[in-house]
Amino acid sequence: MTNLVNTFRFARLPVATDTFRTEVKAFLNSYADTTPADVRARSWTGFNADFSRKLAARGWVGIALPSEYGGANLDAFSRFVLVEELLAVGAPVSAHWIADRQSGQLILKYGTEAQRRFYLPKICAAEAFFCIGMSEPNAGSDLGSVSTRAIRKEHGWQLNGRKIWTTNAGNCQYMIALVRTSGTPDDRHRGLSQLIVDLSLPGVTVQPIKDLSGDAHFSEVFFDDVVLGDDAMIGAEGNGWEQVTAELAFERSGPERLYSSIVLLDCWIEYLRLSGTGAAHVAQIGRFATHLATLRNMSVAVTSQLARGASPVVAAALVKDLGTEFEQSIPAVIEAAICANPSDAIDAELYRTVVYLSQIAPTFSLRGGTREILRGMIARGLGLR
Amino acid sequence: MFVEAIERILKDQCSPAVIRSIEGGGGSSSVLWNSIADAGFLDLLMPDEMGGAGLDLADLYPVLAVLGRYAIPLPIAQSIAARALLAPHTVVPTGLFTLAPSCHRIGERIVCSLTPFGMLADHVLVDDDGCLLMLACANAERTHTGVPRSQVATLSWPKDAPALSIVGQGAAVQTFAAAIYAGLISGALFRVFEMTLQYANDRSQFGKSIGKFQAIQHQISVMAEHVAAASIAAEAAFQGGGGLPQLLPSAMAKARTGEAAILVASIAHAVHGAIGVTEEYDLQLLTRRLHEWRMAHGSEDYWNAVVGRHVLASQLPTVTDFVRLANQEALNVKEAALLATSSPISRLKGLA
Repeated sequence: MTNLVNTFRFARLPVATDTFRTEVKAFLNSYADTTPADVRARSWTGFNADFSRKLAARGWVGIALPSEYGGANLDAFSRFVLVEELLAVGAPVSAHWIADRQSGQLILKYGTEAQRRFYLPKICAAEAFFCIGMSEPNAGSDLGSVSTRAIRKEHGWQLNGRKIWTTNAGNCQYMIALVRTSGTPDDRHRGLSQLIVDLSLPGVTVQPIKDLSGDAHFSEVFFDDVVLGDDAMIGAEGNGWEQVTAELAFERSGPERLYSSIVLLDCWIEYLRLSGTGAAHVAQIGRFATHLATLRNMSVAVTSQLARGASPVVAAALVKDLGTEFEQSIPAVIEAAICANPSDAIDAELYRTVVYLSQIAPTFSLRGGTREILRGMIARGLGLR
Repeated sequence: MFVEAIERILKDQCSPAVIRSIEGGGGSSSVLWNSIADAGFLDLLMPDEMGGAGLDLADLYPVLAVLGRYAIPLPIAQSIAARALLAPHTVVPTGLFTLAPSCHRIGERIVCSLTPFGMLADHVLVDDDGCLLMLACANAERTHTGVPRSQVATLSWPKDAPALSIVGQGAAVQTFAAAIYAGLISGALFRVFEMTLQYANDRSQFGKSIGKFQAIQHQISVMAEHVAAASIAAEAAFQGGGGLPQLLPSAMAKARTGEAAILVASIAHAVHGAIGVTEEYDLQLLTRRLHEWRMAHGSEDYWNAVVGRHVLASQLPTVTDFVRLANQEALNVKEAALLATSSPISRLKGLA
């Protein structure tokens, strides 16, 4: 079962994406020069609806969605280029990120025509932001044990329960929630469905949760007798596990699992250039560049599988595990490097950026599937289970 | 098609028994060498009009990987590279070529330290301060390292020994060497990974195959990640239309495969247990080479520093731009100057 490893063959982005990259670079123009690195380091956790709307005005939200629903109908390679350019400078993409990456794709794949016509144009216009309703207090890695429950009513569903670690719930209009519609948690993957929940409805309470860095990007979301219509069901009733698996494949297969600490790396390199102290760190800088180049080639290989219509679930898990290890190594190394001599002065912006990323870095290998879950998936892909 | 053809030869002529016999010093290498040379594989990169196969650089990668998979005990890859480097400048002699990592004038002698395949080679190609230098081993003094079964040797010649020197072509040796060793390592890593996966399924303890234990599964998953990373990094060194590997992708390839080599070898031995470190079990044929090839022509410490100097000197706005363009040729302008200031090997005069 070594096929998994053999899928990582060198591939190039189509030459046509060069023009698109130039346009995106022009759009982002002076963003990196005018925004401090510690703000940019928050990239896809920092909420900025204005930025998302400006991006949408260029047609770059939901770019992989068909044009009949307001999308740009561009391929997986163009999406790779857009995501790479946004993350390379730490653009504040969080508001539309989930909708662009997975909710829109999920609605396109499993939604009814009416649902597509209702939600997708709003996603592409950056008028509807989505959050992910998967984790619960007692259902983390063991996602099959969710207990939030929707009960069938005459004209829809009545929802009770709660979700947790929901990024941006307080700023989003909608959540796609994995809930139990029949059976009990002991039934595991059977009896789960996905519902689109309008977060403005009565009975929905969002409680922000502060993280260790002082930010409050995630939340706990409570559902108390929330009344939903029939059209809240996305996909078939009872098909939730299959759908959530497909959704997680969208979540993991993009290049964002390499770039979480990249603003810090650039900030450090710039500091070393300006202070003329880079010589002592060339091997370490080179190692980061070597790893980034390799991970990027791996991510392009996954993208070219996506572009061919494949669903490279395990290959994406492999890149994510390796990529998050790289992302976590950057603040760890830079902390040591900038404090290697206690008598040296440290740039304040660099200091704030490294401290923020050191604090938040543990989440890189939690969100979107923990390191242990991913390694289990890889082992299964290798035929070891 | 070249890959399948060379793999057929290796299957027949490069068995573990043949490898043991060649590296033990007792066996003849001529059957294996001749079957590869006679099939024309040494001139894969030479243009058609010079009697070669005119292979694209990108198609050389799978050939090197298969040589690595079979733990090749002869300098086939080095000879392919040497012949491609020499062909534009001179009539290439027959025989086994190797590439030397360094060349120093020490006292009255020319010294190439710790040269891979130095015990076997007929000719050595080395970067002599920017010149491409070819020396014949017939008149060299070969000093074995003392490491059992190693073919590495320090070679030295009187300073006036006959040699061919081609001005300005020397830097290509180290770059090509980095790329071919990356290719060899990536192939060997893949074989080590296959063997480890097989062993984890076959070996039973506590009433089940050890591959059922999560602790083993996770180690093998990590191994798969690094084997995949190493192979795509190595493959990236053989892209581009110039016919020769470019500096930055080759530097990254050697650095990334070298880093993977220690990790993968260590997990393979951990999973195999004691049988893996025995002479009779074939794993050692690969893991010994992984370490030797990692050290050949500069380890990841050397090549990462080469990359790092380019990053610092780059005018590009982000490191993301840098790595994106590193696979193209746009960045290779100042490479010679940067390499000249970055040779830790040259500071080790008088050693080994």
